Amino acid sequence: MSFDVMIVGIGGQGTILTSNILGKACVIEGIPVRGAETHGMAQRGGSVESQIRIGQQYGPLIPPGTADLLLSFDLMETVRAVHWLKENGQIFTSQEFVVPTSVFMQDYPAPDEHMLLEMLDSRKYKMIDCHQIAEEAGNLLTQNIVLLGAASPEIPLKRESIEKAIRETVPQKTVDINLKAFDMGIEAGKSD
Amino acid sequence: MVVHYLLGNEAIAHGCLEAAVDIVCGYPGTPSSEVIDTLRMDPDRAYKVEWSVNEKVAFEEALAASWCGLRAICTMKHVGLNVAADPLMVSAYTGAKGGFVILSADDPFAHSSQNEQDSRCYSLFARIPCLDPSTLQEAHDMVRDAFALSEEFSLPVLFRPTTRICHSKSDVDMGDVKKSDRAAFFDKDSRQYVVIPAHTRILHQKLNQKQPIIKKRLIELGYNRYEIKGKAAVICGGVGASYVREVIGPDVSLAVIGAYPVDEGWLAGFIQKHDKILVVEELSPVIEEIVRQVSGCVLVYGKKSGHVPYEGELSPERVAHYLTAAGIATSVRYEEPQKPAALPNRPPILCAGCMHRTAMYAMKKVFRDGIFPSDIGCYTLGIQLGTVDTTICMGASITIASGMSLAGDARDIVCTIGDSTFLHSGIQGLVNAVYNGANITVVILDNRITAMTGHQPNPTTGLTACGVSSPPVSLEAICRACGATFVETVSPSDLTTFLNVLKKAKATMGVKVVIARQPCVISEKRSKTNRGKYAVRQESCIGCKACIKFGCPAIELRGGLAAITDLCSGCGVCVQICPVGAIGREVKE
Repeated sequence: MSFDVMIVGIGGQGTILTSNILGKACVIEGIPVRGAETHGMAQRGGSVESQIRIGQQYGPLIPPGTADLLLSFDLMETVRAVHWLKENGQIFTSQEFVVPTSVFMQDYPAPDEHMLLEMLDSRKYKMIDCHQIAEEAGNLLTQNIVLLGAASPEIPLKRESIEKAIRETVPQKTVDINLKAFDMGIEAGKSD
Repeated sequence: MVVHYLLGNEAIAHGCLEAAVDIVCGYPGTPSSEVIDTLRMDPDRAYKVEWSVNEKVAFEEALAASWCGLRAICTMKHVGLNVAADPLMVSAYTGAKGGFVILSADDPFAHSSQNEQDSRCYSLFARIPCLDPSTLQEAHDMVRDAFALSEEFSLPVLFRPTTRICHSKSDVDMGDVKKSDRAAFFDKDSRQYVVIPAHTRILHQKLNQKQPIIKKRLIELGYNRYEIKGKAAVICGGVGASYVREVIGPDVSLAVIGAYPVDEGWLAGFIQKHDKILVVEELSPVIEEIVRQVSGCVLVYGKKSGHVPYEGELSPERVAHYLTAAGIATSVRYEEPQKPAALPNRPPILCAGCMHRTAMYAMKKVFRDGIFPSDIGCYTLGIQLGTVDTTICMGASITIASGMSLAGDARDIVCTIGDSTFLHSGIQGLVNAVYNGANITVVILDNRITAMTGHQPNPTTGLTACGVSSPPVSLEAICRACGATFVETVSPSDLTTFLNVLKKAKATMGVKVVIARQPCVISEKRSKTNRGKYAVRQESCIGCKACIKFGCPAIELRGGLAAITDLCSGCGVCVQICPVGAIGREVKE
């Protein structure tokens, strides 16, 4: 059995980078790992997902209703992806969300935060203000690392392995800021 | 040996390096593009890489390199192999000398494609070996060994990964990169390389004689293998084999087909030890056809019995469901998952500041009742703007337009085609349209890059695949040489001028070419072009939604009034659209 993580967001928010960090951390620990991700045109501002299966030796696809953990960089995408989770699976989600352009163009009612949280129903979720924390860490682009930090105690990988993987993955001159964002994320994940 | 976490296409690229490849050619196409994108970025390269203008060109160049004794690979997506099908069929006759691998990446579920097509059928059609990996490690090992297999049988080898191989990731055990010591030399032999009837009849015979030997060899090499465990069996291939392994019961036999052609006698031997067989494969029932030919009285379930769908892609829970339906034991049970929440969709969308949106917005303004044939590229997303009425395959915008003109539909026909697609297979359509007197407007959306597949340079870019500068081709000169007399180049971000050119085209008979030229916004972002941002003066906005209807993702509605977000790239088109002048340069406080 693998520990299956679903990472969702909007094209350009860093889902692939986040899953790369987990994949590299697995290699550092010598654990087999499989991942699947969205490439090509689908990335242009659309819903994207990265599936990552820690300890998996077969295929890269997570069966719906079985994921152990959902990481989401957009609250609306969290709701869209919740059916991937097993019944008591854990959610870590960014508080922010972007309303799709089609909603404005076609005059649909735009969902608000309250409505989206209600749709999460009885799910276990932790909402993180990634924007605010990343800004404090010194770079808005580290929002994905903040969320990864918050979720990291739930992931069966050592903190040192994930940190080493971050060093190997992010651009050299941003390593310190990303590690700081990761730390701050861990702290944010602890608080209620 | 060293283990890395790699994308399938990176693992495949590394496999080529371990085989000391000499020549790499291809045309970008999801999910195949990153193989060349990986190889072209290698600064210590001892091999040659090029992005060719289309798949037929890439194929023929790689074939020629093979004839010169070098190891060569050409890469493409499955529909690219249609373009290269002409040389493919004959290359099986002429054969290969240096290892020649054709990578054709299939896309079950059409994640990024116009159809769900099975390249394995081409290998059976052409009678060349085909390798079909089920894991990333296997993809890496197979492509590494495919060159030697090609040399062993003097035949091209088709290597056929699918989306879930190319675009999935895994820990992959890699070997050392090897450098080639081969030198190109074409050994003339007209009986081999000139397929006049007298030669081709003999070459066809030789090709057929190779088949039984290839079938045996593919078993020896372990590509086609089985394990007998009970009276029920699953026979599978491709990435589907990974899903089968994940869910199959412990007492069920398993045969994995990793290569074609399949030895029928060997397969019959396996089938006859069982009461019941389920065939699990994506796309066409290629394995199932062979199984049914040799299954005798053994029950066979698969696509033809309605147990496995012809369409879409496989997944662990779907495979488990097919096993259960066929009465074959699984090791896991999946509950019916809850339905996804009902939310407004978030489809992919043209970027903020993308010139395709502006060009198509203007087309819709000038040609209200027009017909809009389009083509393959980011601009296919213009379907959301109502300016994409047809898309079938590369280059088919101009020809569908001229065909409609020939048919005599009286409405304005305005087609769109990108720079790379025009050079791929659009030019012939333009020559034909001018020659035969079509009455159409051709808008070439020239953003100087092959954007959709991940920003590969093309002959308009001024750079080769490896970043060496090359003279950018002149689209204007090409169009004029095709015989078009109305050729106007204008940047769509100058909306007024662009609208005027379209109006002039509308009023002119014949083939009108409008080249809409503006660099891709992603290229501009990467080259650090900063045009600043725009903002809506809330006190001036009347909430008419003219800018909202433009569909830019940087413009949203807040409390009934328009607002511009951080996504703004500063193209300034919304300024020209706003009827009350409420949009202006962002003023920092």
